Amino acid sequence: MSVNPEDVLAQAARWRAEGEQVAIATVTETWGSSPRPAGSQLAVTKSGRMAGSVSGGCIEGAVADAALRTMETGAPQLLDFGVTNERAWEVGLACGGKVKVFVEALA
Amino acid sequence: MTPDLLAALTAARAAKRPVVLATRLPDGAQCLLPDPARPAPLNAAAAQALEEDESGTVKIDGTDWFLHAYTPPLRLIVVGAVHIAQALVPFASEVGFAVTVVDPRRSFASDERFPDVTVRTDWPDEAMDALAPDSRTAVVTLTHDPKLDDPALDRALRSDAFYIGALGSRRTHAARLGRLRALGHDDVTLARIKGPVGLDLEAVTAPEIGLSIAAELVAARRGSPLAPARPAARAA
Repeated sequence: MSVNPEDVLAQAARWRAEGEQVAIATVTETWGSSPRPAGSQLAVTKSGRMAGSVSGGCIEGAVADAALRTMETGAPQLLDFGVTNERAWEVGLACGGKVKVFVEALA
Repeated sequence: MTPDLLAALTAARAAKRPVVLATRLPDGAQCLLPDPARPAPLNAAAAQALEEDESGTVKIDGTDWFLHAYTPPLRLIVVGAVHIAQALVPFASEVGFAVTVVDPRRSFASDERFPDVTVRTDWPDEAMDALAPDSRTAVVTLTHDPKLDDPALDRALRSDAFYIGALGSRRTHAARLGRLRALGHDDVTLARIKGPVGLDLEAVTAPEIGLSIAAELVAARRGSPLAPARPAARAA
């Protein structure tokens, strides 16, 4: 069977089985024009491998950073991303949407 | 997520059993639903998430739960292991369909031609009876051969399949409808068959036709205005 690219959990499980440390980020709520629906996932390994997405690419970097923290501490996080404002360094969604993302370690 | 929970979730998905992974926010406590040991409102919300095939956050007794619906993949039954089927299968797999190809002609239905999907070499009527298409199944016939296409379409029309498409020109399709009418299908039922199959992309090559069919499957699944009119419910 070919691998469905949407099946991020299966990819995360394979990485875990290879001995990687893995965290999974999941979109839990969206408002407005967020590009990815609730349930969309991004898997991140400590070594820097990534699969899936939780946005159109706007917040993946910040989510990956949070995932590394969760891998270190073991504590889950609930992240809140809103619209980008004028300050270019602020992480947010250029599309005007808002998303909540839950980050957990795959123990 | 604990290894036990991941194993249970993976097992449910492998068995094509619909389940919900419930995560309490923000502390991340998790369980799989349905589970009679859990509160009834949580199970009810999970049942609704599966019914609607939609994940989301719900508030139950003042607590936020993220309900992640894991439904089995949609199915696509392709009758005719022809060149266009070879082009259609990868597109359909990529957009999330579990594909079964049916063709009793073994030289067509070889594993070499269809390396990544289930291939059945029984007759289409027997294959359709065994596969039992439901409301999460699409059926596409591609053989052009009434001996193979007609029995499959006959079975599809007696099922709840959410999409039925048949390859062939308008003239071929009119003749086909005549034969199916003789099998007892009325015009309302026959209107469920999309023929010619696929979105009108003016497709010429096999990959282009495969893409047009896959695109129409997505349109039907998502309720797009480009999709053929929703099929009437099966007559009781």
